Amino acid sequence: MTRTSVLWDYAPAPEATDHVRLADRFGLFIDGEFRAPVDGRHVASVNPATEEPLAEVAWAGIEDVSRAVDAARAAQPRWAALPGRDRAKYVFRIARLIQERARELAVVETLDGGKPIRESRDLDVPLAAAHFFHYAGWADKLHQGVAAREVAPLGVVGQIVPWNFPLLMAAWKLAPALACGNTAILKPAETTPLTALLLAEICQEAELPPGVVAVLPGDGATGAALVRSPGIDKLAFTGSTAVGREIQSALAGRSVALTLELGGKSANIVFEDASLDQAVEGIVNGIFFNQGHVCCAGSRLLIQESVLDEVIAKLWRRMQRLRVGDPLDKNTDVGAINSAEQLERIEALVGAGEREGAVRHTIACELPGRGFWFAPTMFTDVAPAHRIAVEEIFGPVVSVLSFRTTAEAIDKANNSRYGLAAGIWTDKGAKAFEVAKALQAGVVWQNTYNHFDPTAAFGGYKESGFGREGGAAGLRPYLRIVR
Amino acid sequence: MSRRLAHVDRVGIEERAAQLGTRSIKAGAKQHGIRLAISMLDLTTLEGADTAGKVRQLCAKGVCPAPGFPEIPSVAAICVYPSLVAVACAALEGTGVRTASVAAGFPAGQVSLEAKLRDTEDAVAAGAEEIDMVISREAFLAGDDARVMREIALIREACGEAHLKVILETAELGSYDHIRHASMLAMEAGADFIKTSTGKAASGATPGVCLVMLEAIRDHLDRGGRIVGFKAAGGVSTSKAVLHRLVLVKETLGDEWLTPERMRIGASSVLGDLLLQYAKTETGRYGRAEDFSRE
Repeated sequence: MTRTSVLWDYAPAPEATDHVRLADRFGLFIDGEFRAPVDGRHVASVNPATEEPLAEVAWAGIEDVSRAVDAARAAQPRWAALPGRDRAKYVFRIARLIQERARELAVVETLDGGKPIRESRDLDVPLAAAHFFHYAGWADKLHQGVAAREVAPLGVVGQIVPWNFPLLMAAWKLAPALACGNTAILKPAETTPLTALLLAEICQEAELPPGVVAVLPGDGATGAALVRSPGIDKLAFTGSTAVGREIQSALAGRSVALTLELGGKSANIVFEDASLDQAVEGIVNGIFFNQGHVCCAGSRLLIQESVLDEVIAKLWRRMQRLRVGDPLDKNTDVGAINSAEQLERIEALVGAGEREGAVRHTIACELPGRGFWFAPTMFTDVAPAHRIAVEEIFGPVVSVLSFRTTAEAIDKANNSRYGLAAGIWTDKGAKAFEVAKALQAGVVWQNTYNHFDPTAAFGGYKESGFGREGGAAGLRPYLRIVR
Repeated sequence: MSRRLAHVDRVGIEERAAQLGTRSIKAGAKQHGIRLAISMLDLTTLEGADTAGKVRQLCAKGVCPAPGFPEIPSVAAICVYPSLVAVACAALEGTGVRTASVAAGFPAGQVSLEAKLRDTEDAVAAGAEEIDMVISREAFLAGDDARVMREIALIREACGEAHLKVILETAELGSYDHIRHASMLAMEAGADFIKTSTGKAASGATPGVCLVMLEAIRDHLDRGGRIVGFKAAGGVSTSKAVLHRLVLVKETLGDEWLTPERMRIGASSVLGDLLLQYAKTETGRYGRAEDFSRE
């Protein structure tokens, strides 16, 4: 018998990039057109997998922010006065254009942010379109979403989004704001502005009236200028708890509505009666999805002691199958860390974990020579007092803790400053409901994790923030109840 | 003794199995994968109309699937009904391709244990090196695990030197929990391979079913059990489906399982598509079905 003896492996399968027509230079999107910033400042957006610049992007200063706010204010009355079904048409058009340009958006998202193309192609971009579709449907029935009360838009909203899901978070913010009749100023994160700028192009293509959407790239200074701008009626922020705190104090005493979606240290609880192999998949998806750059990542793994060794063994084996590397390769599971700064933060916390006595297990894999990388890591023997059990790492690092009883699981899960999400793995329906009710978390997944849908509300408890995005609940933060 | 079932989450297992179907297998990896898959094929004919002539033609195809591509290996085995084992043995002598036979009241298994054993002994006596039997779904669905295992153990004995592949006929078991449980029973009772389907049921080696059985094989080994092989059969009729099954094996059990000693694909018709796809990777264009012989 002829034998094929050489190991079979997948050949490199890089997604084509030749269809992407990225401009060398992007301006600020203000009043329906791309403009140069007042101070002329441009900063290169860098591919974190190669450290190569992708495009020069204008950063907005205080004057640019105030121009954008003025345009948004001028556009808002007419936008709000449009019949809901007409606003719906625009929002729907944006959704369709996202679908039409899906391949391009996925490639740019991966180039700019370092996430695997499999995720940007199968999750980020389709979900972004789904959010616009969902809220297009709400535009002519807003009162139905708010208990049949008479409602009105808030006015001009500032929206600051993070770098982990640049396009998707822009969609989560813009879609409900526009459907409700607000005009919006979106500030993408400094390391990932490109898909937001493509979304601005899409707004142009959709012939959205000028001023309804502005896109202002920049760093924290741009965000601060937007927060401090006297012309905004509402601010929506997704990002770190530290910045959320600054925003909340900056807005104290002002008549500006606020929603915050902040950090997390979400508990993923595996009971002994769970389907263990599927729980392991959920653990992997919970923490290694998007390199762990997920605010609701299941970073605190709580496993019942009776199955602790078995789950750890299964998880460790599964982790070793993760394919780390070129984000553009269609077979890559774990891509690049978003920035040098974030890599440093991950390394610092992982160092603290080792010093405090937890046992580190990092998979052996070849990492590219350039770019920012961190191999998937699991810590065992973690005590609840360790920093890695308390602080958000925001990287591909999972901390494994154990519990003995359901009561202890609930107690440990809730023993956190955060309360964004949680996972429950059990085959017993009654137990799942009992635990879910007791958890202080905005989202509780049962026998799955990191599952997102535009119809489901998402948001936090405690220091994970307040306000909800998604579904009918996502309308409320963009509406004022008139009577 | 009451039965204790392991849990398999249907949604979770199907999501994972489908996700592995999105692996991109191109160029060299595709060629290599196709050659590997052909070396794992149990080329099968199981029809009432089978004759010595048909079996001899199939054997010739199995030994040399594509004379135009000498790098394409022989298949692993030719699988026939017991009455045609002798014909296949003669045709395959000295080629390295093994003779496999279904036995034990295939495909329904609704005959007496004595008849099953006799059927098996006949096939082995005629020269079968591998026996594909199907478990008693009648006993399994009635909750009689002991009888399911005893039958397998006795047929295992009747096999002697021959390898035993135990078919679960997953489409008739009703749930993934049952499929996992049946996998464990078969492995504990002495199966050398566990196999999804007879090919005669409504569905066969779906990605989810394969993944459940592969996880069972892995867990059986982890708990101190023997190495058991896996055979996907039923409904695997395209190259894409074949490569998906290889990915499932690679990423669940590891590269050690990507050999004909541990992995088989049972098929009557997929070889044609594998050859067409292989030729396409060589020539850059899709060929015609007539480019390859049809048996």
